[in-house]
Amino acid sequence: MHGLKAIFKKELSDHFSSYRFMILFALITMVSLIIAYMVGMTMREELASVAKPKYVFLMLFTSRGGLFSLVQFIAFFGPLIGLILGFDLINRERNEGTLSRLLSQPVYRDSVINGKFLAGVVTISIMMLSIVLLITGLGLRMAGVIPGLDEIWRMGIYLVISIIYISFWLGVAILFSILFRGIATSALAALAVWIFFSFFVPLGATIIADAFVPDPNPNNPEAILTHAKIQKAISLVSPMQLYSDATGTIIDPTRKTTRTVILMGPLEKLSQARFAGPLTLGMSLFVVMPYILLLIAITAICFAISYTIFMRQEIRSL
Amino acid sequence: MENRIVIETEELTKVYNSEVAVDHLTFQVREGEVFGFLGPNGAGKTTTLLMLLGLTEPTSGKARVLGVDPVRDPIKVKGMIGYMPENMGFYRDLDAIQTLRFVAELNGFPKDIAEERIEKALKTVGLFEDSKKKVGAYSKGMRQRLGIAELLIKEPKVAFLDEPTLGLDPDGTNRMMELIERLSREGRMTVILTSHLLHLVQRICHRVGIMIKGKMVAQGPMEQLAKEKLGVGAEKYTLEEIYMKYFKEA
Ligand SMILES: Nc1ncnc2c1ncn2[C@@H]1O[C@H](COP(=O)(O)OP(=O)(O)OP(=O)(O)O)[C@@H](O)[C@H]1O
Ligand SMILES: [Mg+2]
Repeated sequence: MHGLKAIFKKELSDHFSSYRFMILFALITMVSLIIAYMVGMTMREELASVAKPKYVFLMLFTSRGGLFSLVQFIAFFGPLIGLILGFDLINRERNEGTLSRLLSQPVYRDSVINGKFLAGVVTISIMMLSIVLLITGLGLRMAGVIPGLDEIWRMGIYLVISIIYISFWLGVAILFSILFRGIATSALAALAVWIFFSFFVPLGATIIADAFVPDPNPNNPEAILTHAKIQKAISLVSPMQLYSDATGTIIDPTRKTTRTVILMGPLEKLSQARFAGPLTLGMSLFVVMPYILLLIAITAICFAISYTIFMRQEIRSL
Repeated sequence: MENRIVIETEELTKVYNSEVAVDHLTFQVREGEVFGFLGPNGAGKTTTLLMLLGLTEPTSGKARVLGVDPVRDPIKVKGMIGYMPENMGFYRDLDAIQTLRFVAELNGFPKDIAEERIEKALKTVGLFEDSKKKVGAYSKGMRQRLGIAELLIKEPKVAFLDEPTLGLDPDGTNRMMELIERLSREGRMTVILTSHLLHLVQRICHRVGIMIKGKMVAQGPMEQLAKEKLGVGAEKYTLEEIYMKYFKEA
């Protein structure tokens, strides 16, 4: 156990003293503040004369300020945080010859992976928490909106899902740093996976759906439904889609389902219409729980693969 | 009275994708001995050390280190042995004290004991003055000595030194060898040492083993090997000559 603790402590201080972390943090803070500022300005103008709607505070995160909303920004760039923090964690030590020294001490090999992963998760958590707090502060000052208790809970859950999501990508990066000796290679591989899931899968989903149901006739609801179903099923392969669906429902209470309108069953539509009010917190959680579990599951799978490979690997640096 | 056996292997074998690196190796090292592990590049010396440490799994055969099986309980073995790998590196941004503290933490030493041992080890290897300098700014010789210091804070009964003089200048090499000799003499440490510098091995090792292509072709005290191979009057021969004789025959 002391091995895990020592490695965790060292990795954490490595992260916080690295230029890489500082630049990354500055970058993300900057973008977040710009988006929040723009959203805040718009809100101040628009809310000046009318009564404040419910969940106005959460709109800071979901409204588009300029090109994209904050939630979209994290869905898109969050993976890069995880990848950047992790792509060279193991192979750098292997190349520099520190891995053989480390493993010749009485520590379990999995403590090395676990310590590095945990330190990364804590780094990510601190980063995300400070961003959310910064934006909250900015929102309070600019738009004068005060979050309700319900909204604070939702923010908390959003934060947790985001951390799991980014940690998944950290796990992917660590896997690549185990698989590839070259640091540039693992960085490139990680980047390729990110691009695959963020650009290729959504596009591919549409293309495949088009192939199955070419040119759905607008008068044929069956065809449109099948098209949408196929598209949805394929895009769920992407962790980014999982994350967007999960956080969307949590942070936007007026969204009651993770499905698009077109995919709702008749009962769902009925309830949607009957209960026009926002979803309660518990209901929101209920809707997104499978997504959270799925995110955790794919992270665990990623880990299992990392363990199996790392346990068998030769440790000497040649 | 013979000293007790601290390291023994029995038909220890390692095969890397159908290439035999260590071939049914059987040898012993006794307590307090400095054992010189010789052999050409690729003979399987490093592989043997890695198997003894539990860092690489043997394909077949058995090994015991201080009575412990490194395959069954690698953590225990690694706790008892000081190992200096052949191409070791250090975290460049830590200074010597931080480096050793990290190792002490990995071993679970209490803080006060750790600090005491760190100071003592740094003084022993002559790095105390430079202990606040970042290891990234160390010369090759200083890094090798830091490697020894790292090994010393574990106060091991057994040390594996894989080419401890690699890349050192003649003076550094001499001092490294003297240090190893002193540790063995004063600390009663059992040392297995690999090296290609035969004249130095000859000077400090009690026994040598010559490994060629994964097989131990000879082991024993220098004089005995010389007698076996070169006949009477062996005292005149250097280890170099004996080694070359074995090497040519293999
Ligand atoms: N990870 C590996 N995969 C495949 N073969 C390996 C691996 N590591 C070592 N070998 C092979 O095992 C043999 C023994 O290597 P080893 O490093 O033990 O030799 P050595 O005696 O330490 O040599 P040197 O004096 O050069 O350090 C070599 O033929 C080498 O090619
Ligand atoms: Mg070697």
